[in-house]
Order: sequence, then structure tokens, then C-alpha cells
Amino acid sequence: MTATTEINNIISEENLVYKKTDVLLDNEMHYCPGCTHGVIHKVIAEVIEEMDIQDKTIGVSPVGCSVLAYNYLDIDWQQAAHGRAPALATATARLMPEKYVFTYQGDGDLASIGCAEIIHACNRGENIVVVFVNNAIYGMTGGQMAPTTLENQVTATSPYGRDCASTGAPMKISEMVSLLPGTRFVTRQSAETAGAVRKLKKAIRKGFENTREKKGLSFIEIVGTCSSGWKLSPTQSNEWMKENMFPYYPLGTLKDE
Amino acid sequence: MGDVRLMKGNEVIAEAAIRCGCDGYFGYPITPQSEIMETLMIRKPEDETGMVVLQAESEVAAINMVYGGASCGKKVMTSSSSPGISLKAEGITYLAGAELPALIVNIVRGGPGLGTIQPAQSDYFQAVKGGGHGDYKLIVLAPASVQEMNDFVDLGFELSFKYLNPAMILSDGVIGQMMEKVELSDYKPRWTDEEIEKISGSWATNGKKAGGERNISTSLDLDSAKQEVFNHKLQAKYRAMEENDVRFEKIACDDADYLFVAYGSSARICQKSVELAREKGIKVGLLRPITLFPYPTKQIQEMLGQVKGILSVEMSAGQMVEDVRLAVEGKVPVEHFGRYGGIIPTPEEVVEALEEKILGK
Amino acid sequence: MAKFKGAIVVDTEKCKGCGLCVVSCPTAVIELARGVNGKGYHYAHMANPDACIGCSSCGLVCPDTVITVYRAKAS
Repeated sequence: MTATTEINNIISEENLVYKKTDVLLDNEMHYCPGCTHGVIHKVIAEVIEEMDIQDKTIGVSPVGCSVLAYNYLDIDWQQAAHGRAPALATATARLMPEKYVFTYQGDGDLASIGCAEIIHACNRGENIVVVFVNNAIYGMTGGQMAPTTLENQVTATSPYGRDCASTGAPMKISEMVSLLPGTRFVTRQSAETAGAVRKLKKAIRKGFENTREKKGLSFIEIVGTCSSGWKLSPTQSNEWMKENMFPYYPLGTLKDE
Repeated sequence: MGDVRLMKGNEVIAEAAIRCGCDGYFGYPITPQSEIMETLMIRKPEDETGMVVLQAESEVAAINMVYGGASCGKKVMTSSSSPGISLKAEGITYLAGAELPALIVNIVRGGPGLGTIQPAQSDYFQAVKGGGHGDYKLIVLAPASVQEMNDFVDLGFELSFKYLNPAMILSDGVIGQMMEKVELSDYKPRWTDEEIEKISGSWATNGKKAGGERNISTSLDLDSAKQEVFNHKLQAKYRAMEENDVRFEKIACDDADYLFVAYGSSARICQKSVELAREKGIKVGLLRPITLFPYPTKQIQEMLGQVKGILSVEMSAGQMVEDVRLAVEGKVPVEHFGRYGGIIPTPEEVVEALEEKILGK
Repeated sequence: MAKFKGAIVVDTEKCKGCGLCVVSCPTAVIELARGVNGKGYHYAHMANPDACIGCSSCGLVCPDTVITVYRAKAS
């Protein structure tokens, strides 16, 4: 048997172990090569499929790179104004308590312009899942400084490195929201390895299960990369993230009640 | 006779919301409209009809909660006063851009800035000419009585669902704070899921139907060609409103030589001014626009063969007068009279202004 | 000798050549092609198919979900 024949024998339906979920649409993603958004989208889609809640899930997309998230997940979506996704999700979850409502927000959207909305949604303990993608930079507008940009990190609006004396320290949002009684599950994950993706999926599944059990707000931060903004290759970005982001934004679950 | 009561305009907005089957109210306190949310909190409609009432952390959050609720095909509303409406402007243009029905109540106070908490009509431009960014229009209803505060809640929802466009009740501190006799509407049940599916199933984001199309609530289209087509669609909708849903009232117009044009509380004052002027032998009538958009342009034009001059009376420095002039196209003199900064004109002042600015010409 | 034999199928036209699958592969199966796809990306492919154990790591980390993974018991 030649090598080619052997591969062809393996590639058959009964041997299938990993394929794209149908909840993920076939549209080609507009994200840059290596962007963490793609992995997170996929994981959410897989959880929706596994929990069989495609007809009951409403996503709220932000302003930022993931503004077009609705092009990729085959569910109903609301596209929010910059930072306001938790407000939309609040009303949606209260008016339709049997549905699964999640916001998908970047660090500029959630931690800067939408700081009031997220803090108060967390404090009220809205029965929603918040997916917070922290890549320490504004992606869509061209790599400007975010509230989560690390000290001395070079961005388009901190060209000499972030000066914390002037701009404040990088905000640890998960730590902040974990202090609020309204949050039930607060975790910080990543998606750079197969193991990390598996853990992320468990966390997102737990978030949606909390919604089902009407437990309140689940906050899932994902430390991710922005290779275009960081001006590194996707693989270098992962290394930079591990070296610089993980020490400041340690992975793990901060709260699980 | 139905349920007749003596009530404040603001309280009536709350009562009318519950009775018309409203699903959700999201607000933030601001004078002079706080009684709307206070009344709702006392009434606790969640126990009675299931209506959700929530005090948001800001006007910005409140209008975006409205956006979320409206996206679900629910009847949702908010209320505020001038500075708060400025904060809501972003959300309002998103609602218009996403073609979502919603009701926004503005109990106007004097500005600019923090201004005063006294009544004014200085938000006319903001309500009918935009307020937020982009080419959009609101359906704007201007009540002149507590009864109309009641009636326009249901009408506002009806029109906003008819056109899939946000509607605004543009009132002011006079009508909001005034107590008057009102016949409250009968209770209508909130829409069931089946009714929502029938009415709004083609766009409501309440879960993708198995085997059906999914819905997306968005005002974004990065393709300019599509965005232009969408804008044409919006404009066609606004023209249809102008064609079919202009509302107005004419008082003592049949034999009028002169005309007041005034809305809301100014129209109430002008009714007295009409009487006072006629006692002096000046035959003046009143045209009261009830919809400020769509505006009764044609109805003003129809008076042009008859009247020799028009006075636009508003509690502003002169905003609606521009629309009167656009209607009149220079054919007769059009002047503005107004008090502002929270001052309410007297009927006598209005007659004096008519004599001085129109008859004196 | 591995217990499992694996194989992957890459949707090469959708692949953006980010290379995250390459570094995620525990058995160094995947490389970026010298050739390019319609968008000009050096797409991922099985350069060393015999080493594939069908672990799915590449599929999991792929941001564009262009990798399908198969696994059979080694004969």
C-alpha cells in the first residue's frame, strides 16, 4: 500500500475526528492571518452546537474588529454601538429570559468606551455571558493604545511606549468584575495551544450552562494576539503574549460560585 | 365613559405604557420627567402585565437597552429630558439605522447645556432635523394635553411598528407636570410570542428558527452601494409618512385673516390668544401641528390664499418657524415669537407680538 | 510506532498561512507550502503525512477552521 492510498483510506467519514461545526458559516473571515477571534468564534459555535441552542442564542456584537462577528456564527445577532453591548444584552435577556444571550467585545469596546455598561451589567448580575477579547490594542482602527495595553508597549498612540504615569496602568478587568456580587463565574483563558482551546471551550460551555441555570453573569476573558497591531508574525505574537501578557494577565478562574 | 382620572402628564405616560401592552421601559432620572419612571416603579407592572421596568446606569445605557429590546420585536420605550436626549442621540440614530420601532419621550426643558429645569420647546431641531448623525427622521408627536399624553403612547408605538422607525413624543415640562382630566385607555394585553412572530418575525432577533432565515439587527453596511440603496429606502419611508400620517388641528381658521402656528403647550396658550385677538377684532386662527415630522406643510400652504401673515409661536429662539417659512415660500410674511430659557409666554404677549410683527407690517 | 494514524484535509483556498497549525503539531507533520493559493498565501499542507497521529491540535488552533482531521487505528 502506498502512502497516498493509505491517507485516502484514513480520510473517510468513519474516521472523522475534527471538522467545522455547521453553526459556523462558510463565509471567509475578514480577520488577519492568525487572529485569535477566529478561534474564539469557532469555540462559541461548537458550544452552541453541542448544547443544541442555536435557535435560542442571541449574540451581541461590538464595534471593533469583531463588529462583523454576525457574518460567521449562524444565529440571530444584534450589532451594538461602541461599548453598549451589555445594555442590549440586558434588555434582551430580561425580555426573553428563556434565551441564551452573550456579548462579544474587545478591549477598546468593553474596557474603555463601554466601561460603565459592563460594570453595571456585571453588578446587576444580568443572566448573560460576556466574551471579552483582550489583545491589549485597538485592532480595527489601526493599532492604538487600549486600556489594557501593557506598560511601555508601543502602539500607534503610544509610539514611545505606554507611559503609565500619564495614561494609567493596564486595567485588569476580570479582577475588577470579580469583586462585584453580580458575577458568578469569572475566568481568564487563552487560545494559543490545543490545550488552551479545550480549556476555553469548557469555560464558554460553563458560561452558557450558567445562563441555563439562571445563575447570572459569566465573564470570560480571553488573552489573545493582534499580530497586525503588534507588528509580529502570528507565531511570534503567541510567544510575545506568553512572555509579556500572561505575567500581567495571569490565566485561570478568579471566581466560580 | 371609561376610566377618567385627574393625573399629571408624566404619570399618564407611565399608565398609558402599561395599558397599551408595552414590554419594557428603560430610563434614567432627570427633571422634569422623573415621575414617569417613579410611577412605573410604584405600579410594578412586572407583577401585572409582565412589563419590564429598569433604571439604567445612564441615558446612554437606557437607549441601548431600548435598542436591544426593540431588536427582539418587543414594544419598548424610554423617556428623558433635553440633556438626556442629547446623550441618547447616538442610540436613536442606531435605532433609525437598524429600522427598529421604539418610543422615546422627551419632556423638554430649557437649554443649552444644563440650562434650566423649566419648560421649553428648544429641542424642535433635535427632534425633527436629526439630533444624531446620518440622514434619518423620527416620527415626532407633540401632545398639547394630558389626554394626548395618554393617546400618543399607543399611537407612537402603532406608527413606529407601521414604519419600523423610532417615534418620539416631544412634550415639555408644562404638559408633563400639569394635572388634567384624562380618560385612560383600556388595557391591551402584551403581544404573545406567536403575535410577535407574525408581526416582526422577518426581522426580530429572538432566536433563529429551525430551517428558517436568521435575523440580524444592525445599522452597518460597509458596501457604499448597498448603503446608498438602504438610504433610498429610508427616504421612501419618510415620504410615505408625509403622504399618509400628517396630523394637525385647526382652530378658528375658517374666517381667519391671520394665523398662529404653534404646537404643544404654546398651542394651548395660542388658543387663548385667538380669543383675545378676536375680541379686539383681529380674525386670527390657529394651526396646531400634531406631528412635527411629518410636518403639515400642505395644510399651511392651503391657508395661503386666505391669510395675510403667520406668526410661529414657540418657546424657543425660533426653530419651527423655519419649517413654516419653507412651507410658505415667501408668499406671506412669517415671523417668530417666543420666550425661552424656561419662560412661558402669556396669551397677551402673543397677541401683542401678532399686532407688532404681523399687523404692523 | 504510534497507535493511531491520522490525516488532515486543508481547505487551501481559505487558508491564510498563519502557521499556527505548524507550531501546534506535536509530530511536525505540517508545513507551509512553497506555492501560494488564490489570495497569495502559503497554505498549510501535510509535508510529512506518515507522522500524523490525528490529534486535532492543528484543527483546534486554526483561526479560520480550514482543517478537517481524520484518525484511524494504526494497522
